[in-house]
Amino acid sequence: MSSVIAPYRPQSAPEPAPVSQLDVNYLNASYGVKSWLLTTDHKRIALLYLVSLSLMFIIGGLAATLIRLNLLTPTGSLVTADTYNKLFSAHGIIMVFFFLVPVVPSVLGNFCLPLMIGARDLAFPRLNLASWYVYMTGAALILWVIFSGGVDTGWTFYTPFSSKASHTDVVPALVAIVFAGFSSIFTGLNFIVSVHRLRAPGMTWFRLPLFVWSLYATSVIMLLATPVLAAVLILVGVERLWGIGIFDPALDGDPLLFQHLFWFYSHPAVYIMILPGMGIISEVITCFSRKNIFGYKFVAFASVGIAVLSFLVWAHHMFVAGQSAYSALIFSLLSYLVGVPSAIKVFNWTATLYKGSVTFHTPMLFALGFIGLFTFGGLTGLMLAALGLNVHVHDTYFVIAHFHFIMVGGMVMAYMAGLHYWWPKITGRLYPEMWGRVAAMIIFIGFILTFIPQFVLGYQGMVRRSHVYDPQFQVLNVLSTAGASILAVGYALPLTYLIYSLFRGKKAGPNPWSATGLEWQTPSPPPTHNFAVQPVVDCGPYEYSLQSAELGADVHGN
Amino acid sequence: MATRNASVRWHHFDSLQHQQESTTLGMWVFLATEVLVFGAIFTGYTVYRVAYTPSFEAASRQLNLLIGGINTIVLLTSSLTMALSVQAAKSGQRRKLVRCLGLTALMGIAFLGLKAVEYYGDYRDKLVPGLSFDPVQWTAPDVHPSQVQLFLIFYYCLTGLHAVHLTIGIVIIAILAWMARRNVFSPHYYAPVEIWGLYWHFVDLIWIFLLPLLYLIGTRDRWL
Amino acid sequence: MFAQMSFLPEQASAVAGKVDALFLFLLALTGAVALGVTVLIIGFAIRYRRRPGAEPATPRIMGSTWMEVLWSTVPMVIFVGIFVWGAQIYLTMAQPPDDALEIYVVGKQWMWKIQHPQGQREINELHVPLGRPVKLTLTSEDVIHDFFVPAFRTKIDVLPGRYEHVWFQPTKTGRYRIYCAQYCGTNHSGMKGYVDVMEPADFDAWLNNRAEGSLALEGRKLFLKLQCITCHSANSRAKAPVLENLYGQMVSLRGGQAVLADDNYLRESILAPQAKVVLGWEPIMPTFQGQLDEEDLIKLIAFIKSLGPGQTPVRTEDAEPPIAPSIPTSPLLLPPGNALPNSESSPTIRQTPAVPSYTLPRGAVEKAGPP
Repeated sequence: MSSVIAPYRPQSAPEPAPVSQLDVNYLNASYGVKSWLLTTDHKRIALLYLVSLSLMFIIGGLAATLIRLNLLTPTGSLVTADTYNKLFSAHGIIMVFFFLVPVVPSVLGNFCLPLMIGARDLAFPRLNLASWYVYMTGAALILWVIFSGGVDTGWTFYTPFSSKASHTDVVPALVAIVFAGFSSIFTGLNFIVSVHRLRAPGMTWFRLPLFVWSLYATSVIMLLATPVLAAVLILVGVERLWGIGIFDPALDGDPLLFQHLFWFYSHPAVYIMILPGMGIISEVITCFSRKNIFGYKFVAFASVGIAVLSFLVWAHHMFVAGQSAYSALIFSLLSYLVGVPSAIKVFNWTATLYKGSVTFHTPMLFALGFIGLFTFGGLTGLMLAALGLNVHVHDTYFVIAHFHFIMVGGMVMAYMAGLHYWWPKITGRLYPEMWGRVAAMIIFIGFILTFIPQFVLGYQGMVRRSHVYDPQFQVLNVLSTAGASILAVGYALPLTYLIYSLFRGKKAGPNPWSATGLEWQTPSPPPTHNFAVQPVVDCGPYEYSLQSAELGADVHGN
Repeated sequence: MATRNASVRWHHFDSLQHQQESTTLGMWVFLATEVLVFGAIFTGYTVYRVAYTPSFEAASRQLNLLIGGINTIVLLTSSLTMALSVQAAKSGQRRKLVRCLGLTALMGIAFLGLKAVEYYGDYRDKLVPGLSFDPVQWTAPDVHPSQVQLFLIFYYCLTGLHAVHLTIGIVIIAILAWMARRNVFSPHYYAPVEIWGLYWHFVDLIWIFLLPLLYLIGTRDRWL
Repeated sequence: MFAQMSFLPEQASAVAGKVDALFLFLLALTGAVALGVTVLIIGFAIRYRRRPGAEPATPRIMGSTWMEVLWSTVPMVIFVGIFVWGAQIYLTMAQPPDDALEIYVVGKQWMWKIQHPQGQREINELHVPLGRPVKLTLTSEDVIHDFFVPAFRTKIDVLPGRYEHVWFQPTKTGRYRIYCAQYCGTNHSGMKGYVDVMEPADFDAWLNNRAEGSLALEGRKLFLKLQCITCHSANSRAKAPVLENLYGQMVSLRGGQAVLADDNYLRESILAPQAKVVLGWEPIMPTFQGQLDEEDLIKLIAFIKSLGPGQTPVRTEDAEPPIAPSIPTSPLLLPPGNALPNSESSPTIRQTPAVPSYTLPRGAVEKAGPP
């Protein structure tokens, strides 16, 4: 990228030099609903995704609210058992398939990836738009299913319950998820071809920002794992529609075959969810400590390593399902192996702070919170991978706490970090910094209060998917619900002040964070074609430490 | 894919060749995902095939190998015409291109037609679980009607999914033929023909796997 | 330490302490690493925070290969150690002792049905004796359930269509919760029960106080009622292998393989007899699919397991006739045309025994008669 780093300007500094009055960017280049719904601009598509995904997050969060409210009392007096089962199914399906899997790739990835590699768009812009429409079809269908009676199989659709015993709209739900899967396949395909073919001159593989590496690794997983999910969900649908026993033991089928095929996707899926978040953290940590990432190649290869290893561990979800002990031993050992690259990343991020120059803007607060919560949640993964211990805690609230630590304490915090970090670039506005910091802290505290009690509940024996529970678990459940209410406030805050900033936020210049990265060498918001002049890269992605000796060089170009 | 004769370079590519390389890579990546879809269903099939070999072999013997064989020849020939189309596009022979694309599409349609005949025959022979299936027919030792139904379900899922892919391919080849007629392609710009040729060959390849797995696993006294 | 202990559930089985030990070690390790990382992050963040007004000037540190190698290999080694520890516990859980007391469990939406071999049946309650290993054989009648006893630290998915096993050795008397840990529909969270661990003497007393015959005896009745005995008889006209001492043996099959005759094999042989045909016999056994529910199957299997040498029931027609009576029977019972018999010239009269003679299955307790 440009060897010029704009001098550091604290946000209290005067406005940057005024840009031309004819400043046209991707937001105001054209108006009208059609120009948005038929756009092929990756930045506009990212915003389309942002709106839909935020809506899905709110709906999934509402389901979670009702779940936690129901769990205030042991007798489940808020909703009936059937409704409760539909609520946790809706929560899981929406949050996994319709929020966590697409959110960072389709919002921040779509927006930033072309900018970061110095390209004018993704490789296949119309495919990009198609991916949003396919996603919306799936989302509309799943919302229809949920609001017209719901589905009660859980997001895991275990047979024979889902294929035989459930009396709900299972098949439409399966179709909706297959649509969401196609959307992620299209996105992943686009990213891979773009990274291979559209990098700016001088942007070698080892000069790519780590966010791009993580998106690349994510895309590989999306492409290879999602088709398996599509295939197995189609088979379950066929089984349900025609009453044949593909996975039904009464008709010579094997329910464990379903589990193997399902988890073959769904375990890599959790890495689809977390890898882009890890990429964001690399960007934010380096920017707000003004240092190179410690061990760039190790972090990059760790992303790829996680992607590869993620395909080898799926049956650790099935240690008590009836597989052979030999199989269990192999998957346990491999599951420990996949923890190593994640550990490498955590240590590298920590080492990046060493001798840095650290500031505590909102993205940094979220990123630091991520490292703490992800580390803790990942360590509890070590407990789950231990066979003897897994037997006791499998399918209890221990597992729920573990994956919420990674998904919410990890992934959603990383998303918040990225959203705040790139908000000025996306919107041209600064969000109110104080509110951002308050939100980060409220989310952190609310999260811990919500999910730490669940570890205890799980070890004490409270099982998952419990509409009612034994009275001795009530205290911890009440604590958890109290935490959830704080968490809800924490999420409501960004919703409010980010929208507020669209109208009243201070205008952001091209590079409010004085960050390196090609995306910061173009105005905020960027013009439709991203760069006025093709950028040329001549150094690594995080050269914060090189002093800005060539002040005055063209910010946009060579 | 572009309109006739206009500059076919999208704004974000540096050159036509750049665009063509990228679209070709995109198609290869897409085909990788297709391998995984069929692979997942093949895996399920294989698990049951190993567990229920006699039933699967007995069911396989009832499939119409004559039509299956003819269809294989049809599809292989269509791959030949597809390859000839790509060659014609590269060398700028418009009429040959149109003809070969048309033949490819026609043979695809022939495949689907024969498949429909075969499916109807299967229906008449009571080989469609859920629609027309008679457990009483399957009384040989070691052969269980429910396992036979499993085989048949995989047979319909695999060949059905293949047929869906083939149909999409036929529609696109037909569109390409129409575009070729309107002189859209040239030795400088023929990427769509090439990438959909890749797709077509892939669909053919899937069939090459399907045929022995579904039709040829039981020893037969007579081969037709 | 004690504060930690208070949030652990009761330890009521031999393996519970081992599981908790591993957990506490991992908790300590997790805590230490998390604490370490947190301290480092907060420490660095504060130590290297940007002072107001200062321009950032940071050293260009790119990395350190030896550190990367260190913090990759050290965790890897620790992880392998944890793996071995966890695997050891798991393997213990996977191998029930030979002298375990066997109890059968059938899960269905939304209850647990328990059957003791001695005949006692329970719903949602499982009585077991203290200090003896207990092996549960579990199956489901409908969807996948999961039998979970937190106090024992045991858990196993319960599948339809096959048997799973889990074992434990209770170490404390008391009542301990059973939960279903695999979502199974509307009343999944209501599918609960209790394990009742009793002193051995109390357990025996409880066991004897029941109304039915043992599982094996009930299975024997089914064996006769369903005419299994027609082929599986212990005489020269048998058309099927004798089932004495079958359980636990290796069986040679047609086609060359050998297979272990365990619960799943017995179950399959009843429901799908063509799947594994024994070497040297014809595949003529009909299937009993649809004629037996899970509890009947459990009874039959319990009976087969109990069959020792010489214990195959004898069919009525093959029974040895008793000694002829020395007093004539009533003339009214004689077939027409026959003279009154006398002990020298009359043929021996076959008298049908009221109940076929049999030996009580091993382990069965003679029924005392209706209560």
